[in-house]
Amino acid sequence: MSEHTEQAHHIVSPKVYVAIFALLLLGTAVTIWASYVDLGVLNPIIALGIACTKATLVVLFFMHVKYSSKLTKLTIFAGLFLFMALVGMTLSDYISRAWGSW
Amino acid sequence: MSDNSAIAEGVLETSQHEHPDYLRHHFHDVEQQADASNFAMWLFLLTEVMFFGGLFTAYLIYRNWYYPAFVSASHQLSIPLGGFNTLLLISSSFTMAMGVWCAETRRKSGLVLCLLLTFILGLGFLGIKTIEYSEKIEKHHVPGIHYSLNSFLDPDSDAVAKAAGDKPLPLDIARHTEIYFSLYFAMTGMHAVHMIIGIAILGFMIFRARSGAYTDGHITFVENFGLYWHFVDIIWIFLFPLLYLISRH
Repeated sequence: MSEHTEQAHHIVSPKVYVAIFALLLLGTAVTIWASYVDLGVLNPIIALGIACTKATLVVLFFMHVKYSSKLTKLTIFAGLFLFMALVGMTLSDYISRAWGSW
Repeated sequence: MSDNSAIAEGVLETSQHEHPDYLRHHFHDVEQQADASNFAMWLFLLTEVMFFGGLFTAYLIYRNWYYPAFVSASHQLSIPLGGFNTLLLISSSFTMAMGVWCAETRRKSGLVLCLLLTFILGLGFLGIKTIEYSEKIEKHHVPGIHYSLNSFLDPDSDAVAKAAGDKPLPLDIARHTEIYFSLYFAMTGMHAVHMIIGIAILGFMIFRARSGAYTDGHITFVENFGLYWHFVDIIWIFLFPLLYLISRH
């Protein structure tokens, strides 16, 4: 019975956490810096790109998804895919219906 | 599996109290119980993604519709305050991750310290948020009957708008700044509600951790709370650039 009383799972080392923390701080600095540079239509794309990168780092390492089961990974992917589909369909509706004539 | 053979031999009924207190008897073993609650936590977080996703989508559409108003209104937010809050929240996510590590490796005082730091950083975030909100209240930028368009109709009368080099907006465009602030308060307000709930649970966990909870091998509660806290951090990672930054240049 004793082998079942311990939670056998991957323990992420503090070194990884420190590295991710440093990357998140770097990402924050870069996104603030980039916001002051006029890149036209690229500004929001870069800001969202950095935000998505930071979020992915948090999900994979702080939230241990890199080391979790395939069921968890698939569920998260399915949830995010559904979210993107809902946003995409909403936007396609707005763009194709009355964009520019509000 | 040893338990299967135990069931086959009918031994389980006499040995069912050998499992630890925290293992509910409808689970096969601790690992299965941890997997199940972890999975359920992720399902909950995905519903939260959909919830905040609706607000983000509304913001996306309105920003494209009322772009000039959204640019002027977003200039009213302070990047130093928002940036400092981002720093606090990312740090609190790091201390929370370290807290989970302390629980995994059974470091009681380390866990209490990490939870306490997370708690303080979370309170610091809300403190800064209070300063930002009170600024908005003073300038009548809270949507409603007291909402004032002065900063947008006459940017020279407003130090922040003047510093950002805002041009005066015609009345029909300036009116749309109220939509920006509605979304600003809805999004940061819902985020703050999640922070308040998280801080309350952190207080409870600090209290429990001091008497040795979570460092006895049963860390599911700390782990799942960590997922919640990191999720709240992720929401802010998107709110900060969208509300504060992207109309700045």
